[in-house]
Amino acid sequence: MQLAKEQQAILDGSQGETMAKVMKTLVMYGDTFGADHMVPVTSQKGHLVTSFGLSVMKPVYSLMQQLIDGGAVSKQPFSVDPRPIDKHVPANPLQNLFFKVMYSKQSDYEKQLTTLGLMSPDAFTCTCYMDEIGNIPAKGDVLSWAESSAVVYANSVLGARSNRNSGIIELFGSIVGFVPYFGLLTDSGRLATWIIEVRTSQKPPAQLLGSAIGMKVMEEVPYIRGLDKFLGSELGDDAKAYLKDMGAATASNGAVGLYHVEGLTPEAVDSGADLIVSSAKTYIIDDAELERVKKNYPCIWKNPDARPKLCFIGCPHLSQKQLHDWTTALEKELQAFGRKTVAVPTVFTAAPQVKKAFEQTDDYKRLSAMKVILSDICPLMYMNNPQCRNMPVITNSNKLRTYTTARYQTDDEILQILSKGAKLI
Amino acid sequence: MKTFQGRPVVPGTAKAEALVSRSGFNTLASFQKSLMSGDKNAVCSDQNNSAMYGQAMFGKALCMPQTIGSTTGGMVLYCAAALGQQPACLLFSGPIDSLAAAGAILSDVWTEVSMPTVDNLGDDFLDYVKTGMIVNVSETGLVTVEE
Repeated sequence: MQLAKEQQAILDGSQGETMAKVMKTLVMYGDTFGADHMVPVTSQKGHLVTSFGLSVMKPVYSLMQQLIDGGAVSKQPFSVDPRPIDKHVPANPLQNLFFKVMYSKQSDYEKQLTTLGLMSPDAFTCTCYMDEIGNIPAKGDVLSWAESSAVVYANSVLGARSNRNSGIIELFGSIVGFVPYFGLLTDSGRLATWIIEVRTSQKPPAQLLGSAIGMKVMEEVPYIRGLDKFLGSELGDDAKAYLKDMGAATASNGAVGLYHVEGLTPEAVDSGADLIVSSAKTYIIDDAELERVKKNYPCIWKNPDARPKLCFIGCPHLSQKQLHDWTTALEKELQAFGRKTVAVPTVFTAAPQVKKAFEQTDDYKRLSAMKVILSDICPLMYMNNPQCRNMPVITNSNKLRTYTTARYQTDDEILQILSKGAKLI
Repeated sequence: MKTFQGRPVVPGTAKAEALVSRSGFNTLASFQKSLMSGDKNAVCSDQNNSAMYGQAMFGKALCMPQTIGSTTGGMVLYCAAALGQQPACLLFSGPIDSLAAAGAILSDVWTEVSMPTVDNLGDDFLDYVKTGMIVNVSETGLVTVEE
């Protein structure tokens, strides 16, 4: 890789040994992917994936300290994924004891993040691109981001450009202010090598569709046809929320960093079928295919017939519109079955700023009356607790299903379970 | 015995028993439990990967097409290396992905651990190698698989 004078000087140690190691890491990273130069990070803000002060991840915190001691801090403010703990989320004394021990480094790590460049004390969410948080890259911006669901959203829905960077690597790019030019930063890396034909009889559940796509295309770029029929041609609140959830599933069940939706996402609107390479393969998704994908999810509950003890909605974090929609749908469903409160303890998760705004609305009172808890926690971090892992937990998140023992159910199934008395569908 | 020439992403030598995943290797899902519990054998906890679930990954030659899943993947590999739970080497049939590359490079630059990483070994490699076979990795990216 050809480095500019300034970059070469950093590599040669002009800004100290730590900065030289940071640059060396990025150069090796770029060389691996055939990058011939680095480009400036042009977004105003970064986003990091590592938000948790997990006591066993000591190597991460000692590396962060090395960076701080070496003066290698971020050149741009950044947001970070959600916090792992919230005392309002149900947990028994033993689970709470484990949380205390597991995340004993949380406070120390947050101090490190603040020194490194955290944009505000409550900038903890996986959906930093929502209006309330304000980390919204412009179309064409070059990012040094991690968090698979945020990267795929920024690339696909906002038209920004970020590789699927790993935790730590994303911070390194924000520290030096440059990233190697390869992959999803390039025009050719953004061409679609798969055509997805959506031929379902109704709007497919976002996280089930995303799962099917991710498992099929892995890290390739899909061009999705037939979704605009259900989502329309405007990127309004509903479409953005759908694409957020679908994208998170493509990225966690596979390794998708960018998708195009015909007639809807910015580059598909601009370039249409010109984005598809001539050798693209085709994957048809109909009702039977979605059913096949869902049936193949393993259930690793000790007792597959157990009654769920907890339900998580909001991985990735919910938008305000989704919170309102869930409140209305849940209220209607509970009323239909003569219930006033949910049959299973239920937690809705959203960014701190979204949560705060929603708490000012009447719908929040209605949601609270149904005994649903609103939290800004990361459900995945909650499920990491060995004492929670053994609990039968249901979720509408295919990301949470992939990384934990939580069991996936569609939104409609969840509504029925919460209303009918906790029997699994 | 068969040999396969790949590209050394992080050069080094290793001799180890193969542990093979023919589907994408989900780094976070695989290492999550062992990192949390301090399990030095690094038993794979990815419920979606029936070929690896429940198998010890420490000291093994991990053979796979690519890694998938969370962007914590590289950091997870770095932590596994820094905590002494790392595989002996990482072997990819296709081009390495950005998360696995990050993990291999972070481990190389920021730890003392050797975790040679070779990609582009070809589909034949993944067709041939089976869990339990002995794998030798050379500095040049030549991989020898013994039955």
